[in-house]
Amino acid sequence: MTAAPSPEQTLVKIEGVHTFYGKSHILHGVSLVVGKGEVVGLLGRNGVGKSTTLKTIMGLVTPSQGSIVFEGKPIAGLPPHKLARQGLGYVPEDRRIFKLLTVMENLRTGLDRSGVTDARRKELLDKVFTYFPRLAERRDQAGGTLSGGEQQMLAIARAMMLEPKIILLDEPTEGLMPRMVSQIREIVEVLHREGVAILLVEQNVPLTLAASQRVYFMEKGEVRHHAISSELKVDDPVIHQYLGV
Amino acid sequence: MAIPWDLIVIQTVNGIVTGMILALVASGLTLIFGIMDVVNFAHGELFMMGAYIGVVVLVASGSFWIALVLSVISVALLGAAMQIVTLRPLVGRDPLTTILATFGISLILQNYALWQFGPVARKIQEPITGQFTLFYLQYPWYRLLIAALSAAIIGGLYLFLKYGRYGIWIRATTQDRVMAQAMGIPVPWVHTAVFAIGAGMAAASGVLFGPLVGVNHAMGLDWVLKAFIVVVVGGMGNLGGSIAAAIFISLLEAYAAIFVSPAQAVIVSFVVLILTLLFRPTGLFVPTPK
Amino acid sequence: MTASDKRHAIAYWTAFGIVMVLLIVAPFILPEFWRRFLTEILIWGLLAMSSDILIGYTGMVSFGHSAFFGLGMYGAAAALLMVKPPNLWLALLYGLVGSAMVALFVAYFSTRLRDIYFAITTLVFSQIFYVIIFTWTEVTGGENGLTFSRPQLGIPGIYTVPFTAETLHWFVLAVVTASYLILRRITRSPFGMVLQSIRENEPRTRAIGYPVERYKMMAVMLSGLFAGLAGVLYAVQNRFAAPDFVFFLISGEAVIFNVMGGIGTLVGPIVGAGFFLVMREGLSRIFGDQFPYLIPLGVIFIVMVIFLPQGLLGFAKRWLNR
Repeated sequence: MTAAPSPEQTLVKIEGVHTFYGKSHILHGVSLVVGKGEVVGLLGRNGVGKSTTLKTIMGLVTPSQGSIVFEGKPIAGLPPHKLARQGLGYVPEDRRIFKLLTVMENLRTGLDRSGVTDARRKELLDKVFTYFPRLAERRDQAGGTLSGGEQQMLAIARAMMLEPKIILLDEPTEGLMPRMVSQIREIVEVLHREGVAILLVEQNVPLTLAASQRVYFMEKGEVRHHAISSELKVDDPVIHQYLGV
Repeated sequence: MAIPWDLIVIQTVNGIVTGMILALVASGLTLIFGIMDVVNFAHGELFMMGAYIGVVVLVASGSFWIALVLSVISVALLGAAMQIVTLRPLVGRDPLTTILATFGISLILQNYALWQFGPVARKIQEPITGQFTLFYLQYPWYRLLIAALSAAIIGGLYLFLKYGRYGIWIRATTQDRVMAQAMGIPVPWVHTAVFAIGAGMAAASGVLFGPLVGVNHAMGLDWVLKAFIVVVVGGMGNLGGSIAAAIFISLLEAYAAIFVSPAQAVIVSFVVLILTLLFRPTGLFVPTPK
Repeated sequence: MTASDKRHAIAYWTAFGIVMVLLIVAPFILPEFWRRFLTEILIWGLLAMSSDILIGYTGMVSFGHSAFFGLGMYGAAAALLMVKPPNLWLALLYGLVGSAMVALFVAYFSTRLRDIYFAITTLVFSQIFYVIIFTWTEVTGGENGLTFSRPQLGIPGIYTVPFTAETLHWFVLAVVTASYLILRRITRSPFGMVLQSIRENEPRTRAIGYPVERYKMMAVMLSGLFAGLAGVLYAVQNRFAAPDFVFFLISGEAVIFNVMGGIGTLVGPIVGAGFFLVMREGLSRIFGDQFPYLIPLGVIFIVMVIFLPQGLLGFAKRWLNR
């Protein structure tokens, strides 16, 4: 994939979305597209509305204006639990795993759905424990006892239990050690190979450019620029414009 | 003054029995508060309706146990209906509104009961008569049965919450409502289910307690007050704390009743509440104050 | 004063004047039953208005008003029973002192608590006083309460005249009106502004530097005083005091009047009391005494909480508070 996906290939399309937190006008008409199986980056400084964009798509915040379309059907205003069932996974910025539940129970919140056969359950669990052996070791430990990096793994693994078509990943590498950052990079690649689309919000530019096919740049609640990741270098002035201090 | 050991033992047993019923009522209340931040002022009336339905079914069927089961089911459904009609529209609004709405429901239920059943108290016949000798008293077996059944129900709740898919759903929703939704858990229905469970537990308490006191339309009032005190003392949302607090307060009251009249012994629970609020406001039985 | 302020003042005071005239003339037009009914509405309205200071202006839900009301009532009873001849002003004094002390007690313990805990604690305090009054039969008459005779209007020793139906009504009206005007003045004062800012955003008010607990305590005391005043009026009007009035359900009714009439308007609660009491009377007239009037009223209340939370006068809230 090089340019923006065609309509048949489009998984998520949001157009002209405005979102308010109380009286604060956070999103001023955001528009972007994610194709099936595509990894798309969303870059920008703190506070420009990247997380809010993900939250709006996930239904955690209701937009005041604009449309959100998933697999050709409008989803704005639907409750998050319906969206999760339809194939949207969400990994929030502060991980937010269920601290008092064990690792296994955390995974089960996504795994315990109707339509999952026992065989499939085993498959999914085996897969996740293969990618995240640390989680397998700690499967009966409470989520709150895990380290930051392990919690991030758990948050992603938990979303994977939903067998989503797209995962909304909010700053997964924040606060992680370099070794874990490369693990995140590998996970994104694995998910991409499996055909899961990812909308990746990040501040880590090299990782985002390497892992994604396209990137959007946000500023002041709007998408201002769009580029093909492979055509951008890390020292490109555009990067500095939207992410520099 | 000679220590009345026999009285103390008798009152200990009484305290535990009352404490278990109170724990059953309070668990429902704290579960509801813990998961959806709703202070259910109508909880005492659910207890009362449970007792009345128990009376009606007992008369119709002749079996205490059928009365217990049917009462729990119907009040659970009543609770679910309550939650869907009056509490769901209030999600996200000022918490004051849920207090007002449930208060309104409590008035409606009380008056309904008064209208339907009249002011004269009804009686539920206990399923097992028969007593054993405790010191100089003939102590009814039924009271021990109440304590055992309450413990069993609470134990069942604990197991349900700890294992089982829906238990995980409920615990996840209690911890993080938003992420639970993001994981596909139908949180609005979890709320309704929990409210129904709490209501059912209140109804069970009503039926179990029925034979000990008369069943009348105002019986909920005392219990709702005590239950709130227990929930606050035990730590709001803390299931284990409520149970411990229920037994603790009931024991203290039972001991106090040795020296003063029962009407005055209730002051004990008030004093405990005040002390808790002054010194450990997050709850007496909460391990670390947050 | 801007032109629109002037217009508002004219409109407001004209409306006020019209309502006052109607209320003053009422005893001559209404039959005995309705005259007494109207007086009762005013008294319950005063109770509800006192609770509005907490709910509507400071943002604290209290179920403790029955304690303040009850102590006002019993305080007045004490004065009227212990001092002969029964002295109106002494009754007022005892009643206000009684409720002030209770308010201070409640305020001290509960104001450091937030929201739900505060509501539950005030409820518990109501019940504590209920239990004390109910069981301390030697002093309070226990279950049966106290009966006493109505004092005379005027200054004892100089000139007194027994209350007539009309003068009693006017006395109550005067007290309630004065209370309204005083409370209105207070809510518009700097003190009142701080209370409202506490309701809107307590952490910010605290961050600015206001001693929030102190203000809350004063709000509770202010509220308690006027609730106690209502209790005194009730005692004078009905010549008895009973523990039922200290039971927390009375506080609940005050809150209902508040919500129905419109919180934060001061006069809304009086309208709410009127609405509720008239509907209750109407329902029992149409359907008979045994009809559980609280069922439809309860339903109306819940519907209002969900769909009309601002109450009957809520639309006029800004206008009334200017």
